[in-house]
Amino acid sequence: MTDETYTETVDEDRRDFIHIAAGAAVAGGAGALAWPFIAQMLPALDTRAASSLEVPITDIPEGGEIRVLIGGKPFFIRHRTAAEIAAAESVEAGDLPDPQTDEERLVARADGTLNPAILVVSGSCTHLGCVPVGPGSNTGEFGGWYCPCHGSHYDTSGRIRKGPAPTNLPVPTYEYNADGSAVTISL
Amino acid sequence: MSGHESTYKPGTGIEKWIDARLPIVRLVHDSFVGFPVAKNLNYWWTFGAILAVCLVTQIITGIVLAMHYVPHVDMAFASVERIMRDVEYGWLIRYIHANGASMFFLAVYIHMFRGLYYGSYKAPREISWILGVIIYLLMMGTAFMGYVLPWGQMSLHGASVITNLIGAIPLVGEQIKIWLQGAPSIGNATLNRFFSLHYLLPFMIAGVVILHIWAFHTTGNNNPTGVDVKDEKKDTVPFHPYYTVKDGFAIIVFLMIFAGFVFYAPNVLGHADNYIEGNPLKTPAHIVPEWYLLPFYAILRAITFDIGPIPAKLGGVIAMFGAIAVLFVLPWLDTSKVRSLRYRPLARQFFLGFVAVCLLLGVAGASNPDDIVIKTGEDTLRYEVSLEEAPEAVAVAEAHHGKIVSSNSERVIVDFAHYEDAVEFAEASGTTAEATVKHHGLTWLPVAQLLTFLYFAYFLIIIPLLGLIERPKDEPESIADSIHKSNGSADAVAAE
Repeated sequence: MTDETYTETVDEDRRDFIHIAAGAAVAGGAGALAWPFIAQMLPALDTRAASSLEVPITDIPEGGEIRVLIGGKPFFIRHRTAAEIAAAESVEAGDLPDPQTDEERLVARADGTLNPAILVVSGSCTHLGCVPVGPGSNTGEFGGWYCPCHGSHYDTSGRIRKGPAPTNLPVPTYEYNADGSAVTISL
Repeated sequence: MSGHESTYKPGTGIEKWIDARLPIVRLVHDSFVGFPVAKNLNYWWTFGAILAVCLVTQIITGIVLAMHYVPHVDMAFASVERIMRDVEYGWLIRYIHANGASMFFLAVYIHMFRGLYYGSYKAPREISWILGVIIYLLMMGTAFMGYVLPWGQMSLHGASVITNLIGAIPLVGEQIKIWLQGAPSIGNATLNRFFSLHYLLPFMIAGVVILHIWAFHTTGNNNPTGVDVKDEKKDTVPFHPYYTVKDGFAIIVFLMIFAGFVFYAPNVLGHADNYIEGNPLKTPAHIVPEWYLLPFYAILRAITFDIGPIPAKLGGVIAMFGAIAVLFVLPWLDTSKVRSLRYRPLARQFFLGFVAVCLLLGVAGASNPDDIVIKTGEDTLRYEVSLEEAPEAVAVAEAHHGKIVSSNSERVIVDFAHYEDAVEFAEASGTTAEATVKHHGLTWLPVAQLLTFLYFAYFLIIIPLLGLIERPKDEPESIADSIHKSNGSADAVAAE
């Protein structure tokens, strides 16, 4: 064993391992660092917490509606007249652009019965998100809502009947309270 | 930022001292003083300098506005009104900023059409062109977010329509939309991040502008003949004073037009709806973007039909982004070796047609798709009558000069030219249906669809084909040659 002729021996496998390990650490670190900067743009906790609302329904006049914002999104709670309920129920669902019966668009009360007088729908037109106008302004050709942006007509069940909107006004997740005097709508 | 040999000669000791440590004076001298530029640039080439002025104007006025603006949904609108009424000269600075955006786009469109006409996107200037398209995209993003900040009705609902487009992306669209908005809908979180990014992006634009200049200073400017510089002595002049003066004159004229808008018609390019505070429960009747985005809005709305598995809404979004994406590949779509359309008589005709298509797309974008472009007949009153309700409707309608548009076993649609006939028909037939006014003619929708087709056809069909079939005119031997020939006499050459 002599130090006179020192030759460097390179272990290629060990170098490869170091390169790959270092590369993996950098990539993993970059990813781990990037995620907080991406995730900070998601809805914040207070925003998510404000995503449900209890709305009393006893004060809505027959034929009228109230409009609420939940997390900035509009929702309509309509107290339908007997004629409006009849109009919504008499339609053959199969003939509609987005087939749904009126019953399918209602949510049962705590006792399991339906309350056809109260209809809860999203207030964003399914075309491009405008807010349709309704009772007191213009209910369109089918008596429900009319979107002034591009002329979509919704019926008294919030179903699309005419115009460019592709689907019915969605029914949000909601439930009645125990005595049926209010609904709690969640996003 | 120049591909040629430096002509900077530090005169004093201080200049030499600086030059040996940080040659920044040399960089500026070689880029904007001694830089050799083709001697035949016309006024279309002054828009580069005009755009630099626009960017600086927007940054300076924007920084000042940010000192007074409050990015909160409850205060944004009022803070803008406060700038207009209470802040010293706030009205002036805001009007410069708002109209400055329009002037910026006016200049960039002229600049881009100039690049198209003189073939400035062709080899070896592809990277200059692509950087330019990136600047244009950044400008659109900046302008869009800036328009949201005053939190007027058009701000809020325009932003809502555009972010809803992202929701059209299959599977992940809805999640991306919520991520961008920071909430289930456009709200305070959205306004805050838009303000932050609206402040950031102009500086990114400035960075890309430096790369853009670096790129075309490496290749040298294009020029109206499209012929390369062959002899630097004969074909070029130094940037200063020749082009500093020419650009300076153009900037003054441009600023006069700019001032005309700011002082005499500061709101003519905006929308009255944006002076109503944003209300998420009420949508304005017509949501229209600012004028400079209208052609793309027209393309977006032109796709009303499903294309195979692609639903119409997504198809519109793809077409809109495609209209810009096609600009990135333009250098490789053009098969012609001749740069300038001066020597391409056929391509010149198509270019003028393309400019017309772009302008008409703008008009289409501003119009309601169902509005009539060309009227083919008088308005009529239209009844859609159920035959169950009024079994005799067809006979009654014919008796009252009604025109049956269509009928089947369940219902009949009938038009009346006169109000009295329509009223009598309604009474006689016993229908409860309500009449609607029917307009007759060609609507904007098919026109916008045709224009959209022509827009894409220009890039994807006409430009590739023209280079193969067109026989161009002879290009001049050199830039100097083109000037002396057009001056026409040997004396002009001798006099130089």
